[in-house]
Amino acid sequence: MAMIEIKDLHKSYQMGSNSLHVLKGINFSVEAGELVAIMGSSGSGKSTLLNILGMLDEANEGSYVLDGVPIKNLNETKAAQYRNKFLGFIFQSFNLINYKSAAENVALPLYYQRMPRKERQEKAIKYLEQVGLKEWATHLPSELSGGQKQRVAIARAMAAEPKVLLADEPTGALDSKTSYEVMDLIQKINDAGNTILVVTHEPDIADMCKRIVHLKDGVIVEDKKVKQVRAAQYV
Amino acid sequence: MFNRDNWKEIFETIQKNKLRTFLSGFTVALGILIFVVLYGFGNGLKNTFSEFFGNDATNVLYLFPGRTSEPYLGYKANRRIEFDNSDLKDIKENFAMFLDYVTPQISRGALAKYGEESDNYSIRAAAPSIQEAEKVILMEGRFINQSDIDNKTKNIVIGRLVKKDLFKGKPALGEFIDLGGSSYRVVGVFQDDGGDREERIIYMSYTTRQRLDKATDKVDQIIVGFKPAIGYEGAMALEKSLSTYFREKKYISPKDPNGMYIRNVTDQLKQNQQFAGVLQIIISFFCVGTLIAGIIGISNIMVFVVKERTKEIGIRKALGATPKSVIGTILLESIFITTISGFIGMMIGVGILTGLGDTLKDYFITDPYIDMGIAIASTIMLIIFGGIAGYIPAKRAADIKPIVALRDE
Repeated sequence: MAMIEIKDLHKSYQMGSNSLHVLKGINFSVEAGELVAIMGSSGSGKSTLLNILGMLDEANEGSYVLDGVPIKNLNETKAAQYRNKFLGFIFQSFNLINYKSAAENVALPLYYQRMPRKERQEKAIKYLEQVGLKEWATHLPSELSGGQKQRVAIARAMAAEPKVLLADEPTGALDSKTSYEVMDLIQKINDAGNTILVVTHEPDIADMCKRIVHLKDGVIVEDKKVKQVRAAQYV
Repeated sequence: MFNRDNWKEIFETIQKNKLRTFLSGFTVALGILIFVVLYGFGNGLKNTFSEFFGNDATNVLYLFPGRTSEPYLGYKANRRIEFDNSDLKDIKENFAMFLDYVTPQISRGALAKYGEESDNYSIRAAAPSIQEAEKVILMEGRFINQSDIDNKTKNIVIGRLVKKDLFKGKPALGEFIDLGGSSYRVVGVFQDDGGDREERIIYMSYTTRQRLDKATDKVDQIIVGFKPAIGYEGAMALEKSLSTYFREKKYISPKDPNGMYIRNVTDQLKQNQQFAGVLQIIISFFCVGTLIAGIIGISNIMVFVVKERTKEIGIRKALGATPKSVIGTILLESIFITTISGFIGMMIGVGILTGLGDTLKDYFITDPYIDMGIAIASTIMLIIFGGIAGYIPAKRAADIKPIVALRDE
């Protein structure tokens, strides 16, 4: 069974009297353990697609099934619970809470899972160790470099042990060396069996995934498996 | 909403956002502080006011005899009217249902001597109930009593300053003072809030005085204390019927303005109360204004706080925070801050009022105070409004789609 199953997805935005049709019938499925790059120029609808996949936004039409659970007509509370249980987010601008330490940021999704405090802290340290930032656990985001921030964000996305990781331009704010480091980390996480979707407009980043989906003007124009370029060789 | 983990999260947020916490806390504390101090000053003004006007009882009528200015029923004009003991008895009998007490008063000056010390004081001869009319506060011993009246004893009660002048700190009770040639025993010492003059008075039984004055039964004036329950209208009616009664008894023309006088302080009392009422309205106006300003201040801070946290709320929602938990966290945090700082502001305000005491007496503010009930109620009111003011933007923020909140500026 597919991890993500999307059928005939439509999304339009109302801009005053005009309606902007962003997604015009997307059909697309992702198996467990895949590492998929969603590519496209700006305005192609790739971020909108990711937001719908992330339950941050809602489609007008079509069906979306995540790990056998139909995602439809969710109220805010239900959506929040599903996000917490199923999804981990990695953002271009990291979106760490600036007054919380690295470990506290990582522990935050676990707080919303009502995990006891001690367990939470242990788990946060464990995931920080995985991204190589254990020594930085007590530092504030402002004391970290861009790459370190993104790795904290990745640790946070991983901490809740989600079904799918969604990364929206995860390297968009980083230089190429740091970008490859982050991609290396993402590849390793994928090697461990996690399903990951990466939205990007950079071809070299896309080539580091196992499959590339090309979006143009709200439709999928290309969907191909590629031979993965390992980021480790550039690090 | 009330588990320990939530509170830990809230305390961490408070600790790590010191400026924000300080700003909102400061607004609340200042609002309450100003309210408490203003309210206390208002009460201080009222205290000063009642000190000016309230040192004698107000449920009292004073009856003075005069000299007629018109002939009436065969009597010539310019006849001197006098009150005597029978008038006291008549008032007691005829107006019993309105009365608290009746006392005559005979005032004389006399040279008082004790040892080497001597001075002139005014001597008031009256019945025991003058204590109520003059609001005399007994410090030592006892006041003139019925036995002094019945036995025409030579017992006196002296004012605090009389004791100070004559006894120089030595005990006065049981000592004998020479008044105009005969000695009197001091049985009590009193104080009076009406000022120094009121504390340089010596009280004695009016019967004793009458015996001294060649066994007369005349009295200078009559003080009638009526039941406060009869109210302003009742007091005016009583004044009128007393006037009618005495004019009939003493053969004074009803139109003669000079035969006798009645001084009615309830009339003054009413004016005073009206003035105090206006004062109260002005003070309430200021206080309500301060409170509203405080509420608006808190609302502004809350809107600002929530606005500042919009992105954080978006992040939290993306990580799985439900709208309820977002609102709950923001509200609990703001209520916690307003409660703590509100009570701090209140306590500082109460502290200032207590510390001031009489120091602002020159500015007509005496012993400013605030009822703890009012202080606490207004603090709670501020907290509730702060909560409401926080809830609305928090609800709106929680309803924003996380994607909107997360969008880069």
